[in-house]
Amino acid sequence: MNQTLRRDLQIIADWIRPGSRVLDLGCGEGELLSHLQQQKQVKGYGIELDDERVAAALRRGVPVLQQDLDSGLRQFASGSVDTVVLSLTLQAVHYPLDLLLEMLRVGREGIVTFPNMGHWRARWQLGVGGHMPMTDVLPHTWYDTPNIHLCTIRDFDALCHKNRIEVRERVVLDDRRRNTASNRILPNLLGEVALYRCAKAD
Amino acid sequence: MLKELPTLWYDAASEERTVEELATQKRILSPLEFFIRTPIERLFAARPLSRLSLSYKPGGTLMPERIPDDCVGLVEYQDLHITEDLLLECGRSLPGYTLRYECYGTLNSARSNAILICHALSGDHHAAGYHSPTDKKPGWWDSMIGPGKPIDTRHFFVVCSNFIGSCKGSTGPASINPASNEPWGMDFPMVTVSDWVRTQVILSDHLGIDCWAAIVGGSLGGMQVLQWAIDYPERLRHALVIAAAPNLSAQNIGFNEVCRQAIMTDPDFHGGHYYRYESKPRHGLALARMIGHITYLSDDAMGQKFGRETRLGKSLSYGFDIDFEVESYLRYQGSRFVEHFDANSYLYITKALDYFDPAAAYGGNLAAAFASVQAKFLVVSFSSDWRFSPERSREIVQALYTTGAHVSYAEIESHHGHDSFLLPIPQYLRVMRSYLERMAEELGV
Repeated sequence: MNQTLRRDLQIIADWIRPGSRVLDLGCGEGELLSHLQQQKQVKGYGIELDDERVAAALRRGVPVLQQDLDSGLRQFASGSVDTVVLSLTLQAVHYPLDLLLEMLRVGREGIVTFPNMGHWRARWQLGVGGHMPMTDVLPHTWYDTPNIHLCTIRDFDALCHKNRIEVRERVVLDDRRRNTASNRILPNLLGEVALYRCAKAD
Repeated sequence: MLKELPTLWYDAASEERTVEELATQKRILSPLEFFIRTPIERLFAARPLSRLSLSYKPGGTLMPERIPDDCVGLVEYQDLHITEDLLLECGRSLPGYTLRYECYGTLNSARSNAILICHALSGDHHAAGYHSPTDKKPGWWDSMIGPGKPIDTRHFFVVCSNFIGSCKGSTGPASINPASNEPWGMDFPMVTVSDWVRTQVILSDHLGIDCWAAIVGGSLGGMQVLQWAIDYPERLRHALVIAAAPNLSAQNIGFNEVCRQAIMTDPDFHGGHYYRYESKPRHGLALARMIGHITYLSDDAMGQKFGRETRLGKSLSYGFDIDFEVESYLRYQGSRFVEHFDANSYLYITKALDYFDPAAAYGGNLAAAFASVQAKFLVVSFSSDWRFSPERSREIVQALYTTGAHVSYAEIESHHGHDSFLLPIPQYLRVMRSYLERMAEELGV
């Protein structure tokens, strides 16, 4: 039953307290929630728009609500869950800041992960190659991509600062999904995926 | 406008219908063929085209490409006669009554694999399979129930019961009132969704089922599922609520009232005692069905199916005869409905719909009504359903989320309106299958 989770999902799972209540925005096929249900007795709900993924999450026994994240989280009461997770989905929504603030209203804590456009390979492809980056985490062509709001780690830090979002923890994984000392020195250059645990500062 | 309702208004309004009629014609077998073919073959030769991939060769014969092994086959109903009075929500009691039901699949020794199906307004206990090899159509949810279908009878024991107040076999206004020895008519006591659930509990006890693996229903059937989960939380593990609502909107009650008025103002209604005169309020009931039918479809679906096509491509009559295909279709639906549905039952059932409001006892707080539910929920809605819209299903989901219940929600893209819940829409079937497969796995059945 204990399938190995992707490294980024494993880090998210480590951040979540056993028995807590979790909302996973863009939950995909429910891998994370299924793991959390089994390993941490978490009470979780996933939100997913894609028909196939919704069916796959149901097949896993994960409670999933089919909904477009761009329609907001109005129906979820403030503080109704402990943690809201947004895993590799921030870049695909129409209003990333609105969603971020909504997450931190519904959950006491938010976990946000995104592909870092500041990664050296992306910079190389754009700076030297002169074309839009295509990497493992951003495999789409520019004209056919769900990813419409790409940012770098520096951009995200600035957004948090400006909107009084407290960053409680940050992990940066390189292109081999390792969390190394050099990543911590040069996160925006070496990090391909950034993971943030944050809360509203007030 | 509705002076006459001949039984065959409908000619070529929909391809499906035409092909189905062709299928019916082809069903007449020569005596030799009749004895040579096995009953099963004859059964499947009689299936309507819409459910099967059939090849129709002009001038040739109409045959299924293969005999489907995912049909429950020939089925029989059963009657449970209950002698004790049933005290109803309205305060009156029903003295002795019958519940008609059907079962498919096999109940396991732990009695843990039973699924109860709740039907909607015009539905009945006949959810799957055929009563006879000459039936034109299978049960109303044959696309969902059967070996290998989403509600898989290889794993589950499926029960569907007809509710009281209906005209399909369980006691209703057309049944004999023991006090007067004539049909109840409008003397039949008012029945509600909770009353139906209580009769289904009696049936569960009779069948020895303490806890249903799941209770499943669409539309008014979904409302029964909600009532079950609230009233008998320990008696179901899963609640599948499809195209339902926590109560009817004013618009919905309005539609029902127009339908009831159509019936009750028909000169043949006779205060509901039309049985005495061996007549029935045909025009009123047909009109009610026509109104209902429009609201069960979407504007898009009607547009796509009929557009502004004139009947048989004829030019406009500049009179009040049928000009458009959609008129022909509605009149056909209305007149056909009259043949197999009792007007009084329509009145009683629409009232039960109007009265349904489980949150009312909790000051309108649906989450409070759900406070004690134990079942896991799957709520399903359809994008173009404006009679029981996705917003109404989301109200149910939100209330369940608030109570911390295990709830999933799927919104199926479909342009067929409310009727979608009866149709074999691929994503709908996939959602149901995924959920029920997981359920079977968890239950070990």
